[in-house]
Amino acid sequence: MPSLLEIKDLVTVFDTQRGRIKAVDGVSLKVQSGETLGIVGESGCGKTMLALSIMRLIPANGRIINGRILFRGEDLLNLSSEQIRAKRGSEMAMIFQEPMTSLNPVFRIGDQIAEAVMLHQNIPAKEALALSIEQLREVGIPDPERRARDYPHQLSGGMRQRVMIAMAMSCHPVLLLADEPTTALDVTIQAQILDLIAELEKKNKMAVVLITHDLGVIAQTAAHVAVMYAGKIMESAPVEKIFAAPLHPYTQGLIDSMPVWCGDDGAGRSRRLNTISGSVPSLYNLVAGCRFYERCMHAHAGCSTEEPQLVEAQPGHFVACSNINIRSGKKEIQSGMDL
Amino acid sequence: MPEALVDIRKLNKKFILTSGMLYAHKRAIHAVKDVDLQIYKGETLGLVGESGCGKSTLAKLIVRLEKASSGSICFQGENINDYDRDALKIYRRNVQLIFQDPYSSLNPRMSAGGIMREPLRVHKIGDGDSRRRAVLELMARVGLSPEQANRYPHEFSGGQRQRIGIARALILRPQLIIADEPVSALDVSIQAQILNLLQDLKRDFGLTYLFVSHDLNVIRYMSDRIAVMYLGQVVELAQNNDIYGSPLHPYTRLLLAAVPSCDPQKRREQTVIRGEAKENNDQGCIFQRRCAYKLPVCMEKPPALTQINDNRLCACHLAGKI
Repeated sequence: MPSLLEIKDLVTVFDTQRGRIKAVDGVSLKVQSGETLGIVGESGCGKTMLALSIMRLIPANGRIINGRILFRGEDLLNLSSEQIRAKRGSEMAMIFQEPMTSLNPVFRIGDQIAEAVMLHQNIPAKEALALSIEQLREVGIPDPERRARDYPHQLSGGMRQRVMIAMAMSCHPVLLLADEPTTALDVTIQAQILDLIAELEKKNKMAVVLITHDLGVIAQTAAHVAVMYAGKIMESAPVEKIFAAPLHPYTQGLIDSMPVWCGDDGAGRSRRLNTISGSVPSLYNLVAGCRFYERCMHAHAGCSTEEPQLVEAQPGHFVACSNINIRSGKKEIQSGMDL
Repeated sequence: MPEALVDIRKLNKKFILTSGMLYAHKRAIHAVKDVDLQIYKGETLGLVGESGCGKSTLAKLIVRLEKASSGSICFQGENINDYDRDALKIYRRNVQLIFQDPYSSLNPRMSAGGIMREPLRVHKIGDGDSRRRAVLELMARVGLSPEQANRYPHEFSGGQRQRIGIARALILRPQLIIADEPVSALDVSIQAQILNLLQDLKRDFGLTYLFVSHDLNVIRYMSDRIAVMYLGQVVELAQNNDIYGSPLHPYTRLLLAAVPSCDPQKRREQTVIRGEAKENNDQGCIFQRRCAYKLPVCMEKPPALTQINDNRLCACHLAGKI
């Protein structure tokens, strides 16, 4: 089955006063309909720029200099700005971390959703407003007729994010990009929003790219996971494999450094957390070899000179680490769990 | 019974909001409501709750950055609400705060060394030389190198800035550290470094922590006892293992059910979580609108925080019965 979205060797650069940086550096990935791809990484790893590249919404000083973004078989990078505008909001939509800054404060929320609908569908305003009320009901906003007349500031954070989702879903997109959709929300509201996205995904057979720094959110929602570090994908695999048998030292470090509480194991406490030493490297002066070299526990001399490529270490499990053979010998890996 | 370093009784804080023509409309927000809480010497008391539940206000009241509307906060037997300026200054040598945002809580015009020296200068402790020595010693202790003393905050990463903030809080050798969301602004890999550091410092300096966070994983990792707050009230207070092992209050259960587990095999069941924390004027229990176990009595009488068994407190009519 061809993928709904396939990205090949994407490079997005930014020209700044201090020189050129590669925010997205040779990223390849695939997303299937009806499934969630989780992209996880720390701040500055390029995960947001990857999503904005897909939408072709990168800031003015950025440029995509290489790669292809195949969406339903068509390369988005070859489209004119008019053509991409017709796809944005209708076939593919995006929701952002901070719903307050993404909604216009001086328009009623019903009208804002109606505007999005009218951009893509040739229907009268009245009908569009009725559709937007229907959409608000769909995302679980109580009393949508009244709420449609509210301004964004009258809503709570969770409600605003529901409005954003309603707007994104208003033209029934086949691809939803969600950039840290729950980071600004409380944990009980986060659970509700994640449930809502999962429900809509199932109902509309939509593909979701969920970007987050929170491994817990990834474990709960994603089918596939890509781990990003300093612009590159370090590891990509089905979610069970990422958590049960991570191959890249960075992924292992991330999982180990979480003060995890998994419901019933008493081991969460008093254990000293494993940490990854140092911090994320600056994109302005990346070393020649592996970008994780300086923080890696398993680094050897070769890592500082040669950059490892993303290779399929096990069926469906890709990793960019030259040390992989040494460690996979030690770690027990459940094969035959291929999805 | 361990010694209570801080003893909070019937603490209330109301903020008056004014709006409208000539500030005609007044509205009171009851941010902290009848809170009784003890912080024992040498423990880490975790304070957890969602945004707007009053946990930061409570932290500020204890440092007296805010003054209580009513009630008492006793530190080593003295009510800090009665303190005048001089007494407060002495008090703050004993109680220090670590802030959430390492970007806005450091003066951008001061060098890192200057920031860490400032408390000694304010409290007129030592001379230039001894202050410098004290700073260098503490920098090594929190994982900063001596040459970084002359750098300015913008030259540091978030994690390093938080280390500066921690050193600044520790330089006066306080007894109590109030950490208000100290790792919330940090990336996961850096968060772990700071949590480990806080644990080490607690042991080495014999500190007592009040650790405020919305992150239940972090709270679990750090705390001995945990207080759960909802809309200004403490709804449950118990030992770490009891809170996570057998939560009594329906709100605590809701919170724990909402935490995304890191095991993809254990996906949460959907739709058990509903509603949101919202100010209300309901009679009876503050949690009734979201509670799955609501009974008629819950709409009439607010449940008091009562002792359920040794060391466990819960504010629910049904505590232990559900």
